[in-house]
Amino acid sequence: MKYAKLIISFVLTIGIFFVLNTKLGSIPPIGKFLNPYSGIWQNESTESISGNVSIPGLKDNVTVHYDEQLIPHVFAQNESDLYKAQGYLTAKHRLWQLEFQTFAASGRLSEIIGEKALNYDRTERRRGMGYGADQAIAYMEKHDKETLGYIQDYADGVNAYISQLKPEDYPVEYKLLDYKPEAWTPKKTALLLMYMTKMLAGNDDDLEYTNALRLLGKDNFDLLFPDFFDITDPVIPKETDWSFIDVPQTPLPNSEVVLDTITETISKPNPDNGSNNWAVSGAKSATGNPILANDPHLGLNLPSIWFVMQLSTPNHNAFGATIPGALSVISGFNQHIAWGETNATRDVIDWYKVEFNKDRTKYKYDGQWKDVSIRIEDIKIRGKENYKDTVLYTHHGPVVYDKNFKSDMELAGYAMKWIGHEGGNNQKTFLKLNKAKNYDEYVQALQYWNAPAQNFVFASTEGDIALWIQGKFPNKWEGQGKFLMDGSNLENDWQSYIPQQFNAHTKNPDRGFVSSANQHPVDENYPYYVFNDGYETYRNRVINDYFNSKEKFSVDDFKNLHNNNYNLKAAEIVPYMLEHMDASSFSEEEKVIYNEIKAWKFNNDIDEVGPSIFRQWYGKLYNLVWDELDSEESELDSPFTYQTIYLLKNHGDHKFMDIVETEDKVETAKDLFLIAFREASERLIEIKKEKGDYTWLKYKATYAGHLLQALPAFSRFDIPIGGDRNIVNATSENHGPSWRMIVEMTSPPTAIGIYPGGQSGNPGSKYYDNFIDDWAAGKYHQLNFLQSNQATEAIISTQNLTPKN
Amino acid sequence: MKNNIINFFATIFLAFILSFVLPWWSVMTAALITSLFIPLKKASVFFVPFLAILVFWAVYSFVLSSSNDYTLAKRIAMLLPLGGNPYILMLVTGIVGGLAAGITAVFGKQFAALAVKK
Repeated sequence: MKYAKLIISFVLTIGIFFVLNTKLGSIPPIGKFLNPYSGIWQNESTESISGNVSIPGLKDNVTVHYDEQLIPHVFAQNESDLYKAQGYLTAKHRLWQLEFQTFAASGRLSEIIGEKALNYDRTERRRGMGYGADQAIAYMEKHDKETLGYIQDYADGVNAYISQLKPEDYPVEYKLLDYKPEAWTPKKTALLLMYMTKMLAGNDDDLEYTNALRLLGKDNFDLLFPDFFDITDPVIPKETDWSFIDVPQTPLPNSEVVLDTITETISKPNPDNGSNNWAVSGAKSATGNPILANDPHLGLNLPSIWFVMQLSTPNHNAFGATIPGALSVISGFNQHIAWGETNATRDVIDWYKVEFNKDRTKYKYDGQWKDVSIRIEDIKIRGKENYKDTVLYTHHGPVVYDKNFKSDMELAGYAMKWIGHEGGNNQKTFLKLNKAKNYDEYVQALQYWNAPAQNFVFASTEGDIALWIQGKFPNKWEGQGKFLMDGSNLENDWQSYIPQQFNAHTKNPDRGFVSSANQHPVDENYPYYVFNDGYETYRNRVINDYFNSKEKFSVDDFKNLHNNNYNLKAAEIVPYMLEHMDASSFSEEEKVIYNEIKAWKFNNDIDEVGPSIFRQWYGKLYNLVWDELDSEESELDSPFTYQTIYLLKNHGDHKFMDIVETEDKVETAKDLFLIAFREASERLIEIKKEKGDYTWLKYKATYAGHLLQALPAFSRFDIPIGGDRNIVNATSENHGPSWRMIVEMTSPPTAIGIYPGGQSGNPGSKYYDNFIDDWAAGKYHQLNFLQSNQATEAIISTQNLTPKN
Repeated sequence: MKNNIINFFATIFLAFILSFVLPWWSVMTAALITSLFIPLKKASVFFVPFLAILVFWAVYSFVLSSSNDYTLAKRIAMLLPLGGNPYILMLVTGIVGGLAAGITAVFGKQFAALAVKK
């Protein structure tokens, strides 16, 4: 009996230890997690921003002044110390995010969250994310040891922070998921840059288009997916003279499309990833100083993608938004210039069908057999054995789809050619931009930039404004890479690149402003083939119309434009739909909704109901129009919004308007307006029952989600902000202006900025999400651009980083 | 009764000291030691160390959290989910530590009983 009691109590003791010390499913190890000395209670604090910290490897003292927004103003004596300090400070405020993003980039999430991430991890690895990062490091080792040295300094800074952490100091997400930070390496910076490249230049529809071409035929395909829309208001003004370009477009070979059926494709980045930027010249500015603005549209996440810093040495002084993992300021200004980016999507991913020999060691190319090389991706899975995925590489790039992944072709596969694999030196562009003093140095800095292609807007205190569309672009033959190509035909390879100096650009144009909003980069007159990547067609016109509407613009005008909620898309289709729809048979409830949208002035403000009605109505309509493309056998893309509206207004009786299911009837656009309106009304009435009303505020319910699947506890919901996609204030549910900046080129520049988050990555800090309310209200914070290492009244605390002997 | 009080404070004191050198299960170690050297009877064997650690952890977490406006505690109390109430999270924290301590103490008592018999 005594022994039995002893054994039972012993087993219970071991049992409770095990239960409280082990992560069970998604429940953290509760004893480790909740105990007050090393659990989450230790994260219940705001960050310490005073005193001295000694850091190994620093050459000299570094001073860090913090202002009340928790923006660090860093004063280092040399660049090596500066980037060490940047690494240290980024880790200090954003460690978990910093590391998690590179795990996501390299396809290592299974290591943290287990088998459910395996498919994601395999996709990222087959996409060649790690391979691309290796190429970038190899390039720098060969051609640019200096940049690689700074990347190493950054890594040393991050590691100086990590190595002084005790388990109780780990960010709360580590405790939740029960793992710990590992050492930072230069390759992780390369991976982060690959992550950005994927996010912004990882979209392509070649395989979906191939399906569409096979199913619809060329005429219909061209109608649905035209190279140019009937209106173009391109990034580079139409009147630009291209006669200086003396290298011709690659001539059209005799190449045939491979009309395969593709049933499933890999995940794509959010197509809304885009941005606005613009600048006005001194002549068009109310104060006579050029003014520049930027607002990158990305997923609204917590911690935010951006971390704002001032980074200075005795030789330069830069300020703006940084990205954890990358060095220097990405969108910002220094004492002489300001710059910002929007995405310049171009088709830099192409797909090739390759045929293998019997044992898949060789592939057919130019009438010969060429060797396949192999990269084995060893994926660690938490709680399971590793998964080894063998990826075959051809000279095109990785064979993403083969018999082992989303395809059943025994002896063939689809290889991906992506500019992201080319091994560029993107980091150098930002290091140089941070130090650039004028237009020439800005142009020099840009030449290192390969991908993702960006519209780099520029303004200087000297009075210049400019915009370069910079990236490394293949000089394609007309139509090259729109569809799947035969990988054995060497004429299908990328033959050459557009010489960098022939990239489209504009400096001090007559109209007095430059702008970009992810629209078509150029019009038909640009001498190279530019594929229509589903270019934006609304924000650009609102922005350009605004700048053509009057003589002079002030910073306040810029703020108004950032926060402009005018829905041009709705304005172009709603009156037409109202006019052509037969409203005689509406019920009382439908009549109410009908009158509501009739009264709407096309502003997507939070207290309006018009935007919600439009969203429902147009959404239903769009699905009715493209019901033909809803196929289970092959992956298809629906046509662009602009083209859909164009067809509705100009080809209302096209056979696409017919609803396939109703065999005895032939619907036209007018019928669809009514059917869609009825369906939309039904849904809106339901929403009213669920939420009380369907104002845009409640309908859209904008939120900023924590990077871990928007864990509600660490996210912010129902943020009161208007706008939508295709609107200058591009805030949709979980996507929008992730950083708003306006810089006036006084000497030194004066700037304001804000982003929907906070400087701290710790959900226990008051600085975690403290910018969100002001951001939603359209407010900005003054960016305190310190001109010397003297703390001003804006500074609330100072920390000194000192060399450790 | 006297032993109950001594055990209660000794468990807290030991748990506090051991927390500097051991992870969270230092409370189990503390309860084991006090159960061996300050023997209790019947239900007290479990409840005294249980309450001792409950109070210790709940008060400690209250001290850490109250100085930061319960910012994180409110979020974790949503995550777990405890309705976002930080005080319930403190209580749960205390119960978790208390259970570990109490169960270990019962084991210690059985072990001591057997050792004395021999």
